Order: sequence, then structure tokens, then C-alpha cells
Amino acid sequence: MSRHQRELGGWSAAILVIAVCSLIPVLWIVFLSLKTPATATDGSFIPHAWTLSNYSDIFKQGIFTDALRNSIGIGLISTVLAVGIASSAAYAIARLDFPGKQLILLVALGVAMFPQISLVGPLYNLWRQIGLYDTWPGLIIPYMTFALPLSIYVLSAFFREIPWELEEAAQVDGATPFQAFRKVIVPLATPGIVTTFIIVFIICWNDFVFAISLTSTSAAQTVPAAISSFPGVSQFSVPYGDIAAAAVVVTVPVMLLVLIFQRRIVSGLTAGAVKG
Amino acid sequence: MSAVTAPSSAPSEQKVSRRQHLSDRARAERRLAFWLVAPAAVVMLAVTAYPIIDAVVLSLQRADLRFPNATKFVGLSNYGHVLTAPVWWQDVFHTVIITVVSVSIQLVVGMALALVMHRIIFGRGIVRAIALVPYGIVAVVAAESWQLAWSLQSGWIPKLLGLSGDPLSHTFGTYVAIIVTEVWKNTPFMALLLLAGLALVPDELQEAAKVDGATAWERFTKITLPLMKPAILVAVLFRTLDAFRIFDTIYIFNQGAQGTESISMLNYNTLLDRLNLGLGSAVSVLLFLLVALIAIFFIKVLGAGAAPGEETA
Repeated sequence: MSRHQRELGGWSAAILVIAVCSLIPVLWIVFLSLKTPATATDGSFIPHAWTLSNYSDIFKQGIFTDALRNSIGIGLISTVLAVGIASSAAYAIARLDFPGKQLILLVALGVAMFPQISLVGPLYNLWRQIGLYDTWPGLIIPYMTFALPLSIYVLSAFFREIPWELEEAAQVDGATPFQAFRKVIVPLATPGIVTTFIIVFIICWNDFVFAISLTSTSAAQTVPAAISSFPGVSQFSVPYGDIAAAAVVVTVPVMLLVLIFQRRIVSGLTAGAVKG
Repeated sequence: MSAVTAPSSAPSEQKVSRRQHLSDRARAERRLAFWLVAPAAVVMLAVTAYPIIDAVVLSLQRADLRFPNATKFVGLSNYGHVLTAPVWWQDVFHTVIITVVSVSIQLVVGMALALVMHRIIFGRGIVRAIALVPYGIVAVVAAESWQLAWSLQSGWIPKLLGLSGDPLSHTFGTYVAIIVTEVWKNTPFMALLLLAGLALVPDELQEAAKVDGATAWERFTKITLPLMKPAILVAVLFRTLDAFRIFDTIYIFNQGAQGTESISMLNYNTLLDRLNLGLGSAVSVLLFLLVALIAIFFIKVLGAGAAPGEETA
């Protein structure tokens, strides 16, 4: 009885420690975003004077709203392209027999381990020559590429689990091949594709290396790059409140996705990385 | 070897009665597979292979964007410049320190977190959700949050620790802050990879050892750890490669001031601040080679051979 209670107490303490460690920096940035400019530098964890003005501030600034538009647009397009291209490759890897299967997986592994900063110089140079510097495609191309390896691994792991015999069974029962595909296979494949979509979108949304190197204006600058270059009121004042508010705004959508789809994301990430 | 004798995949197995069509089918299958895989292969090779070759070519030239007309072939002299410059070796040292310390802490804390998530008897969903929070946060935001927390001007940490000076104004304090940021951000991913490995350790073995009188620590070191070795190696490999490329956190903290410049930061500064494409590309190529060496070391020497693709059969 008391041993059982001790055990419960131990687990509760563990949960508490994990919660404090994980959440403190998040709470801090939220609290900082709610401080008034006058109290932003008082160093207290919980604000003494609360305000929402930092949020209304950033949405009045072109640098932030443009960056938000760029982040959403570039992130979505890169993700759609990566998941589309990866789906067809993953289908072949999971279902078809062909020579070079190991080779394509090896190439993907190589790309996954690639130090992305090594590409920044050549891409910067090339993009300036062909006019892709500071444009959406200039970021979409590297994002899509570096999202492909993980997408291929995660999707082929999912596709391997699909009972493909059902497709033929449906055809035996009189469905046309397209009906069989649409009514049987698509619903079975959707969870894997949605999971991959979310994981890839998070990767594109988070990127900083390419964003800071291959863009320079609000034409293509994404939020992480914008946050790092927020202008203060004067050169010497750091706009703490604005930085914190912008940080919270970009974090919220991703955090919601992660928490809503946590089970799937965990299985997707680990299937892509560890299996075998 | 014709495709008839090749290990057949599920759909062709069902056509045993029509064996004579197999080779046609196999050929069609190969053709389909080729077209399905081609776009991914072309994109990956074009966007990585072409620039890295370009980087190699640039690294053999004097190419400075401030003097575009003075470009000329200089052989390996850029590499000579980089490898004899103290700053390169200092930055290698900074990068190694940050990588080794932060990945070691991530491994220990991540293992503890994975064990909690594996063994916990209630609230598993809540623990997983909370633990995923650092993973879900944008890397730049994580770095900003910690930087603002440590800074004497705005932060709560100097106050909490009773510091009078700014911890970010000297090297040791900055390293502590950067490593804390890296550990906080990346431990959840480490824990998830380890958790997947823990799930592969059979409970019966643990029970048998318990019956034989093994302590919890003995069971962990003699059963759990050895069985988890492949998962641990893969997790450490992934995290090491990532840590070695550290850029975002350092950029946000101080762009490499206070003796925290990493190789990636040096690469960025040479290329985009000083616009020296030749020298910068030499740094890029060297970084690429170092990362490749680390990967080869893990895979060949330590036997993290379970490359994710090898489960295809």
C-alpha cells in the first residue's frame, strides 16, 4: 500500500520535473511578450504590468506580416512538392522490385547527413547569377530537397504497413482499378501522408540557415530570419517585447500541430529514423 | 540474373500460375519504379551534388565578390590559408566542445526521459505531450528565449543565480547558455529515438533477471544497454551530425563573439559577411569532409550499420 503510494509520488515528481524543464522557457517568452516596454528589462519572470500591445505592434509592421506570409507560402509549397515527390518514390521503394533501391536510400541518407551550410556559398552565388536570390523559389528548392530524405523514409515505412492485397480484393469484388485505389488505398495511406506533411512543414517553417543566407528583403524573408533582424526603436534599444511576441506567434501553429498529432508524429519520426 | 529468380515482391507472388509473364511484369515494374523514383533522385542529386562540386571549384580560385574581376585559379592555396589559420583550429575546437558536451548530456538526460516515458504507469500521454514541446518550438525562438533569459539586461536567470556580471559577456557563461539551449531543444528527439529502442528490449529478459536477483542498475547496464546499442548509436549519430553543424543558436546568441564561433558560423561569416567565396568554399568543403568522416566513423568503426534503409527486405 505505502509502496504503491511511494511509486505514485515518484512518478508525479518525475512528471513535475519534466514539465518544469520543458515549459519554463516557453512560459518565459510568453510572459516577456506580455510585458510593457517599460518593464521588459526588469528581469522578473512574471510580468508586473501586462499588455497586449506588443502583438498589435508586430502586426502593424511590414517586416513581420510580410515574413509571416512568406513563411506560410514557402512552407506550404515546399511541403506539397516534397511530399508529392517523396510519395511516388516511397511507393516504389515499399512496393516494387527494382535494382538501385539501396542506392536511392543511400543517396537519401547522404543528403540527410549533409551539412547544409556547405551549400550556402554555392547557392548564394548561383542564385544571384540566375535571379533566384531573395525569391520564393530560391528557398523552396533547398527546403524541398532537404525534406525529401526524411519524407521518403517516413512514407516508405508507412506504405510498407498498408495491406495492399485489399486493392486486388476490391477489384475482384467488381471495383474498377481507380475505385479500388480511391476507396481502399487512399484512406489507408492518408494518415502516413498527413504525418509526413506535418513533419516536413515543421522542418521548412523552422529553417534559419537558408532563410538568413538566401534572402535579404521582405520579398522572401521568412519569420525566423525576420526575428533575428527586428529593428528596434533606435539602434541601441533591443525590441524585446516585439521579438517575444513574434516568437510566440510563429510557435503557436507548430505547437498546436505537434500536440494534436503527437502520437502520429512520434511514430512517424521513429519509423523514419530507427527501424532496422 | 533475370528478374524471375529475384526475390519477388508481394504482387508478383500472387501470379505464380502465369509464370511466363513474370519477366515481362518484372520489366514493367522496373520501368514504373524508375519513373517513380527518378524525380526524387534527380532533385536530391541536382541540389546537393551540383553545388558541392561548384564549392570545390570555387575553393580552388581566388574568388572575392568585392573584387569580381580579380578571380583566378589558385590551386590549393585557399586550403593552405584555412588550415594554417589559428581561427580555423579554434573554431574546430569550439565545435567539438559544444558537440561532445551537448550530445553527452542529451544522451544521459534523453535516456532518463525515455525510461520515464517507457515505464510510467499513468499520464503517459501528458508526459509525451510536454516532452515534445521543445521539439515543436522553432529553433530560432528557442535560442531567442534562452538568450533573453540569460542576458543581464532582460533575463531572469542572472537574477535567480544572483550574478552581478553579465553571464553572456564572458566565454564560460556563454558556453553554458548555448549548451543549455541545445540540450533543451534536442533532448526530446533523442528521447524519442531511444524510446523506440527501449520498446525492442523484451520484458521477459528483465523479469528473468529480476528473478535471478539482479538489481535495477545491473538489469539496466547488462540487459537494456547492450540490447539498445543499435538504437543508441543511431540516435547519437543523428544528434552528433546535427550538433556539429550548429549555427542557429550561436547566430542568435552573439554570431560567434566571445569565442563561440563554430565551423558553420565561420563558414557563414567568410561567405556572406566578408563575401570571400574562395576561402568560404574551402571552409564549406572541409566542413563537408569532417561531417562525412564522423558519419563513416560511426557507421564503420562503431557499427551503427543499421542505416534506416536496410529494412527494405
